[in-house]
Amino acid sequence: MRDRLSAVAAWGAAGMVLAAFAWLIGDVLWRGLPGLSWQFLVSAPADAGRAGGIASILLATVWILAIAIGTALPLGLATAVWLAEFGHRQPRLQGHVNHALDVLAGVPSIVFGLFGNAFFAVTLGLGFSILSGGLTLACMALPILVRVTGAGLQAVPAELRQGAAACGLTQWTTLSRLLLPAALPALLAGTLLGIGRALAETAALIFTSGYVDRYPGSVFDSARALSVHIYDLAMNVPGGERNGYASALVLVALILCINLATHALARGWQRSMS
Amino acid sequence: MSTPGRSSPPDGDAALRAVTGLAARLSGTVVVGIALFVLWQAWPALQAVGPLRFVTDAGWHPLAQPAQFNLLPMLVASVAVTLGAMLLAGPLGLFTAIFMTDYAPPALARLLRGVVELLAGVPSVVYGLWGLVTLVPLLAAWQPPGASLLAGILVLALMILPTMVLASHAAIAGVAAEHRLTVAALGFSCAGSLWGVLLPAARAGLCGALLLSTTRALGETMAMLMVTGNVARMPDSLFAPARTLTANIALELAYAMDRHRAALFVGGLLLTALVLALVRLARGLGCAWRHA
Repeated sequence: MRDRLSAVAAWGAAGMVLAAFAWLIGDVLWRGLPGLSWQFLVSAPADAGRAGGIASILLATVWILAIAIGTALPLGLATAVWLAEFGHRQPRLQGHVNHALDVLAGVPSIVFGLFGNAFFAVTLGLGFSILSGGLTLACMALPILVRVTGAGLQAVPAELRQGAAACGLTQWTTLSRLLLPAALPALLAGTLLGIGRALAETAALIFTSGYVDRYPGSVFDSARALSVHIYDLAMNVPGGERNGYASALVLVALILCINLATHALARGWQRSMS
Repeated sequence: MSTPGRSSPPDGDAALRAVTGLAARLSGTVVVGIALFVLWQAWPALQAVGPLRFVTDAGWHPLAQPAQFNLLPMLVASVAVTLGAMLLAGPLGLFTAIFMTDYAPPALARLLRGVVELLAGVPSVVYGLWGLVTLVPLLAAWQPPGASLLAGILVLALMILPTMVLASHAAIAGVAAEHRLTVAALGFSCAGSLWGVLLPAARAGLCGALLLSTTRALGETMAMLMVTGNVARMPDSLFAPARTLTANIALELAYAMDRHRAALFVGGLLLTALVLALVRLARGLGCAWRHA
């Protein structure tokens, strides 16, 4: 009896998850596909986004992502290297940094938005700009970059390190010639995950990079990311739903590609380590 | 301080250690900086208005004369949508995870896992768009106005479902390998092994899954902003419009000045405190905590 009940609940739950998924993705495909075309991707938005395409939005998104990853990647990589290679000599500091990164990963995105608006846009005087938005996203993406890269470094077999030490290699040589190449797939996977997170983010960008839907001229210009564009079309532009759904389809497709690439990398990496 | 016979580390290594050490300190400081900065921005309101008035004022009327700053309706809405979503997504996610480990044929389990991972990657603004365009009109036909606590609960439940499934699946699969053979050898029934052995053994991971999903739900902004109706009043039924703490910030930060702006930062502070309290609770209960 209990066996039967458990089985029914398990099959039922899985069925409901699949149904909800089919509804959501089916809805995005059904409403998004009619508005999607090559022209949509390469023309600028017109009439507040109701007409035209998303070319300037895509460009702005790439700029914001470039700032975010360009800042978070060196910082995250260096942090991961310290945690994995030097941290054990200062266990207290190592514990503090680890804990701080865990807490940072739990901070709600709207709080990053508050912080980014007050710090980057107002206090540093960057205003609503690609720079403010990118730097805010860099703070958000930092924990995941450190974690995934760190896992990659730690997974390098101990024999490699011991061999390098026995050969009298400096730590710098060991790191740059042995550890980083061995951890490269993890580094790439972490970067891709960070990009995926940043692409999906909206709340932290509304008050940092802003709403302007023109082609950005420099990093000090306000620009509209793809996710913000979807929000604006859905909430503030009557009749913007068609292009909103087409933009949503583009965003979901981009994130799907990134996730598939991450998976392929992670699989290849696990195979090479075992 | 090199002693004879032991060479000091080469300069390159010292520089490497110094630079990466600096980076690690900077990374560790980011969260402290954010907390202090939000507190500093909230301070004028905390001082001029006083913490008490954020729960005792007659309502949220930041632009009225005199201004009123009661955050309680938003806090209640945030907690209500989170609890409602957890009540739906908790059991549903757990049973889906059980299905994946215990019942599904391998091919179906793989398909389901792929589907859940895809759902986990869908941005919150897309869930919001779907809720606004598809779900809210359906609810409006049944119980107007449609944009309501219930709409928020349903969309939020769907959003945190992937987190719940993936984290509970990891927890159950982690203990299944070591217990499965023992349990089979002892002749337990399928459900007996599940409820009597596997789930209790996985409880640290399961409680982590539950609390991680709860923090995600509490912090969700865009989807709530798009489907709950955004009326800053104490919600009196499931079908009443409501405004969450997160949506309140997103709605008003664009034009808020002075004390009003500071009051929004108080809301952010409250939200952060709630999330941190949940993380603390998770640690206190011995939950396995992992940001997936």
